[in-house]
Amino acid sequence: MFALETAAHPETLRRIAIDPVTRVEGHGKVTLLLDQDNKIHQVRLHIVEFRGFEAFIEGRPYWEVPVTVQRLCGICPVSHHLAAVKAMDLIAGYGPLTPTAEKLRRLMHYGQIMQSHAVHFFHLASPDILLGFDSDFTRRNIVGVALDHPEIAKQGVLLRKYGQEVIRHTAGKRVHGTGAVPGGMNKALSRAERDEMAKDIDQMIAWSLGAVHMVKQLHETNPAFYNVFGDFRSNMMGLVRPDGALDFYHGALRAVDADGQTIFDQVDYATYQEVLQEDIKPWSYMKFPHIKSLGAENGWYKVGPLGRIQAASYLSTPLAEAERQAMMALGGGKPVHGTLMYHWARLIEVVHAAEMIRDLLNDPDILGLDLMAEKGPRRHEAVGVIEAPRGTLFHHYRVDDDDLVTYCNLIVSTTNNNQAMNEAVRTVARQYLDGKEITEGLLNHIECAIRAYDPCLSCATHALGKMPMTVELIDADGQMLHSLSRG
Amino acid sequence: MSDSMNSVFDSANTFTIDGRRVPFKPGQTILHAALEAGVYIPHLCHHPELKPHGSCKLCTVTVNGRNGSACTARAMPGLEVENDTPALNDRRRVLLQMLFVEGNHFCPGCEKSGNCQLQALAYDLEMLAPHFRHAFPERPVDASHPDVWLDLNRCVMCELCVRASRDLDGKSVFMLAGRGAESKVVVNSPTGLLKDSALSIDDRAAHVCPVGAILPKRVGYAVPIGERQFDQATISHQVDYLARRTIPIKAVEPATETEGA
Repeated sequence: MFALETAAHPETLRRIAIDPVTRVEGHGKVTLLLDQDNKIHQVRLHIVEFRGFEAFIEGRPYWEVPVTVQRLCGICPVSHHLAAVKAMDLIAGYGPLTPTAEKLRRLMHYGQIMQSHAVHFFHLASPDILLGFDSDFTRRNIVGVALDHPEIAKQGVLLRKYGQEVIRHTAGKRVHGTGAVPGGMNKALSRAERDEMAKDIDQMIAWSLGAVHMVKQLHETNPAFYNVFGDFRSNMMGLVRPDGALDFYHGALRAVDADGQTIFDQVDYATYQEVLQEDIKPWSYMKFPHIKSLGAENGWYKVGPLGRIQAASYLSTPLAEAERQAMMALGGGKPVHGTLMYHWARLIEVVHAAEMIRDLLNDPDILGLDLMAEKGPRRHEAVGVIEAPRGTLFHHYRVDDDDLVTYCNLIVSTTNNNQAMNEAVRTVARQYLDGKEITEGLLNHIECAIRAYDPCLSCATHALGKMPMTVELIDADGQMLHSLSRG
Repeated sequence: MSDSMNSVFDSANTFTIDGRRVPFKPGQTILHAALEAGVYIPHLCHHPELKPHGSCKLCTVTVNGRNGSACTARAMPGLEVENDTPALNDRRRVLLQMLFVEGNHFCPGCEKSGNCQLQALAYDLEMLAPHFRHAFPERPVDASHPDVWLDLNRCVMCELCVRASRDLDGKSVFMLAGRGAESKVVVNSPTGLLKDSALSIDDRAAHVCPVGAILPKRVGYAVPIGERQFDQATISHQVDYLARRTIPIKAVEPATETEGA
């Protein structure tokens, strides 16, 4: 049992709900239970909607899935598109992708990382950071940022736009395209398209680097706050290459503990069920995964920018790696865990994505016409894993002899962060709210902790159909009138 | 146009559509003559290679004051046909709305999107909302055939597959069964499954479907966005294509053995 997860006598406590949590994708709420002295006894981040997306996928032909599954999300559809198609490459029996096809997919993915991170930092998170956690809430939004910091707001909008254009050139549309097909890509990149992207990439690198420096400067103005806010220790996980470099498109699983020591490394992601386990709790629609060998109590972990850039040995592009080193220097050789460090790490990833896009655009293979791999025997089961903007994303499918999907399991990035987000809000509640008169500004501290994870709450709640659940109807005197159970 | 063609279209063999003079060859339908003359009349169940059917009613025009299907009405000298009028297009839009709510047409994930005649008509006639309540029928997917799959969720019962299989392939693999709201396409095989029917991937019936109900397997989204049929222009601007199209028999990837099977 985690501290502050469940109060001993909830019936005696006052309840405050932050409902809905704003400036996140999807719908969530936070409940706080406090006693007469405003001491906090319980804090929970609840995910209050469910999608049951697996049910849409099962019974459909496998080649349809990379396109349909993207409809989970309008913010990072490319991640679902690519995770699914990686699994379907194998299901359909294709061998290794052609260099052009893999590079086009990577280009699409880095465009996705860039646009999603830009949306998160500039549109959703920067109002708190630039205007103040307890600033006037009527101005604490992107419009307020545009009024006070027009140049930063403009750069945010244009960085996002650039990422969207990369997606359009590779997938056919800015949102919900069709570029990747089992075995490769359906469209080559024209020279004109390449040149259009290439002409602005240096500007994008410069702006993203500027954003990193802005966060670094903010940190320097108040290091105590940035280091301590929502600071809690946890394990971290991400995809890495054989040499330990972070790889957003393809790699093996690595997990490290709070001190950066390896828990597991180079684990074939197809065997994820051997190292990870998902638990359920009665008060949330989102599952709680953890590292099996460490158990539920100690095995939970962080994914996403702060988790993966510290789980990895290095970033493969020079500007981003230099910034990563600068951030990690704060930990004195050990990982940093402050919740607001997520923003710093996220912007470092924008630099990395922009550098990768530049390198890919300069690579002659990117204009190649050989888009489809060689085909071999079909398979019945496959796993596709990718580093989505919010963290490690698992797609697992089984397909029958008739080509129809019979099983689908998605562990989305936000689900991996479920326990970490709950710990973040509990830490912040302890730090800033405990025993105080609760104000809107203080409650926004809780939201800031959640926002730092850039959670996509709608994607994260997909497995209701499998979740054991009890519904109780209780009258005003506390008498149970009716109870229904499943699972 | 050559002299010999001109002689066919003498002044006696013309009629008007929305005031425009349209020549016809004796025996042609209004729709056939219109398409050949470059005049667009919306339609769904018509295909130039197959006999007229008159079931979708989208080609309804007003001929000398009375409504009728342009695909079954014979062109006659001097007919006055109204086609592109707000009143007729309103009715066509309602027909489309009924087709959309009666099946399960999820364009966002459908591999026929961009090549689908139903979708193209809805865009062209500016159908902005379904208007009617969705029926959300439960309809099965038959993926038993190694090369062709049948998704009745998208079927609009135009019977193009029925006609193509019977009249072009000589097989009669498909037919319509049931009555009224219970009508559906059924497969002529002992089990009712496609795999036990005479259907082959080389049959025209496997490629004639104007929506995504009968599709070759493993093609999916091979045609990129921007290069699909109705990415080029809206359907009303593709009269030449509609008049001259043939049922495509695409080269399709063969099924491969499953590992360990």
